[in-house]
Amino acid sequence: MKRIEILKTYKIYIGGQFPRTESGRYYTVNNSEGKAHANVCLCSRKDVRNAVVAARKAQGAWAERSAFNRGQILYRIAEMFEGRKIQFIDELTQQGQTKKAAQAEVNMAIERLVYYAGWCDKYNQILSSVNPVSSSHFNFSSCEPMGVVGIIPDQQSPLLGLISLLAPVIAGGNTAIVLASVDYPLCAVTFAEVLHASDVPGGVVNILTGALQETAPTLSSHMDVNALVTSNLGNEVNTPLQVAAVDNLKRYFDYKQDWNNSSAQGLHFIGDLQEIKTTWHPIEQIGGATSSY
Amino acid sequence: MNKKEKWPLSPSLESTQHASIKKQYSLFIDGEWVKPSSGVYFPSINPADESHLASIAHANEKDVHLAVQAARKAFPLWSKLPASERAKYIFRIARIMQEKARELAVIETLDGGKPIRESRDIDVPLACNHFFYYAGWADKLAYAFPNRTVEPLGVAAQIIPWNFPLLMAAWKIAPALATGNTVVLKPAESTSLTALKLAEIIEEAGLPKGVVNIITGFGDTGAAMVNHPDVNKIAFTGSTHVGKIIQKAIAGSSKKATLELGGKSANIIFDDAPIDQAVEGIVNGIFFNQGHVCCAGSRLFVQENVAEKVIRKLKLRLKSLYVGNPLDKNTDIGAINSKEQLETIESYIAIGKKEGAEIYQPTCNIPKKGYYCPPTLFINVAQSHRIVQEEIFGPVLTIQTFRTVDEVIQKANNTPYGLAAGVWTDKGSRIFNLTTKLKAGVVWANTYNKFDPTSPFGGYKESGYGREGGVHGLSAYVKLS
Repeated sequence: MKRIEILKTYKIYIGGQFPRTESGRYYTVNNSEGKAHANVCLCSRKDVRNAVVAARKAQGAWAERSAFNRGQILYRIAEMFEGRKIQFIDELTQQGQTKKAAQAEVNMAIERLVYYAGWCDKYNQILSSVNPVSSSHFNFSSCEPMGVVGIIPDQQSPLLGLISLLAPVIAGGNTAIVLASVDYPLCAVTFAEVLHASDVPGGVVNILTGALQETAPTLSSHMDVNALVTSNLGNEVNTPLQVAAVDNLKRYFDYKQDWNNSSAQGLHFIGDLQEIKTTWHPIEQIGGATSSY
Repeated sequence: MNKKEKWPLSPSLESTQHASIKKQYSLFIDGEWVKPSSGVYFPSINPADESHLASIAHANEKDVHLAVQAARKAFPLWSKLPASERAKYIFRIARIMQEKARELAVIETLDGGKPIRESRDIDVPLACNHFFYYAGWADKLAYAFPNRTVEPLGVAAQIIPWNFPLLMAAWKIAPALATGNTVVLKPAESTSLTALKLAEIIEEAGLPKGVVNIITGFGDTGAAMVNHPDVNKIAFTGSTHVGKIIQKAIAGSSKKATLELGGKSANIIFDDAPIDQAVEGIVNGIFFNQGHVCCAGSRLFVQENVAEKVIRKLKLRLKSLYVGNPLDKNTDIGAINSKEQLETIESYIAIGKKEGAEIYQPTCNIPKKGYYCPPTLFINVAQSHRIVQEEIFGPVLTIQTFRTVDEVIQKANNTPYGLAAGVWTDKGSRIFNLTTKLKAGVVWANTYNKFDPTSPFGGYKESGYGREGGVHGLSAYVKLS
């Protein structure tokens, strides 16, 4: 007799917890055969606002973690992910991908996490500068995370597209609210479980499922979100979000990328979500001693 | 001599004889001076005595189109020019500006009302140095962006404010040219003259026609530049309100933008700070350029146990500030840039009084003609007061007190702006605690209002995005792949 499978209730991820949506609503995701596969949370605007509160609360402490520690945590995500590869490949194939494509996507997602793990304690060295000003001041510019970042990943790349946007955001000390792919949300929720087991502090990453037309405008117009990152949504979706983002001058980045490409990664994805802060301090100039000896 | 008798200051006026200003200025498009298609000219007024300086052309949509077309036509040639040759042109501009520095300073002061000491020692040298600095970048861009291919964006539309007219023109034009873009620049309507002098210098430097186009006009001219379909990049310095209009206008387009907008910057004095130096820093922070500075230290936070002392010394210092003729080398606070701006400042002063704050203004001999405002302090203000929350852009300082480090960080960051901040303390570890936690693009520790071409400038949050100056300033004008 065929064993009765234990089906999973897909939840959302806010502030390090796995609630269902506060609205009590759901939508059904079908498997590749067109049969009901999961009842996923149809998140509300309130869920988005809750996620922003959680992300803001976590941001300061995350940014103040040592860069080395953030690197270790990102690497830990990759380790946990590696151990659950099969689950992700299963989910991707259930959502219609070929096994081969699913394997490639999962592998690439892990490589990408490792790539950004390595950047955590290096990007600031590359993007910073000591500026030789003409006056008697010590002057330097360095990176600071923008803060709370909204992420709407490529809708057709539910795992790799998500990780490609998320990893540079959190590597740089930002916290994130991710709106998962509407049609293929399963991997995003399972990825939250990986994050949860990887020493990522609660609230650093928040993942919501649901309808973009409901959640995305709330995210893009939210006055406590500092930046918005999207990918391959198309102008029709993008432009209104961009307009709504103006209210608090969110930084807005729309990446047109094929995330399956091994070169769809780089320092600039981290740098885009960093502010440059310049600090001045006078240098004492008294007495006659020079620096020649 | 009777001790109580005051020694009057002997006026020390800078001569204006050497500054040549034409009666009428046309538009500088495609290397030629062309009349505006509207035929309309508007006056440029000296805010120090309300005298008429020159007639300035008002460019309309047609003129903007001509200027953008000229810049587009010049783009292939300019961007393909060997980078070292591009550099030489920009070096030339810097050198000619240096040669004409005094004339530029005098005109800047006549047109904008800022003290000659500031235009001579700060605005003009910084503007020259900005060109000199970016000239050298032109053939070294690969070092600025390792592992990336660097290309110019195309035609840059640049709109600048009236508070640092020549300096802002330099901040915009120099990096744009160094990276191979062509430019259409519009100065603010009340301060067009030094930008037009810069056009003459660019002409003299022999830049290929159309690489830099300088057109004059009002907000409608700027709007036509922003909305022109053949513009690739918008660089704007001005109010947050207009910045948001621009950002909305270009949403969904491929136009890139950088915005340098408003501020309400905190200047924080701890009890261990060298108080006399800090008082000088407060004065320089808010009264530099009549407070027409986006990064002005307009919110003062003083630690409670030294507040009485700091305020007493500050009031004393205000009494010795000389408000008057900007051409006088004694002058500390010159003329307010325009009648409209004076009205704005005065309305905020009225609001401050109405909100119940305690006002202090020293008595000073203000000239009968022209637009002037005495240095103003508001004591006993609350975080919720409008004069604490909104940018006044004038010589008006609000003073609040605090007890702990955490308290002052929260208060300082409690604003939609994030341009600059100042911290005064003798304790190094405290400086770094604050400089890392203050949400601002520029933090001055034990100093204020310092600028340099190598030093990136720009804000967090609603103070805009992008940086100008330094290696970071190049990013605003390049496409990387």
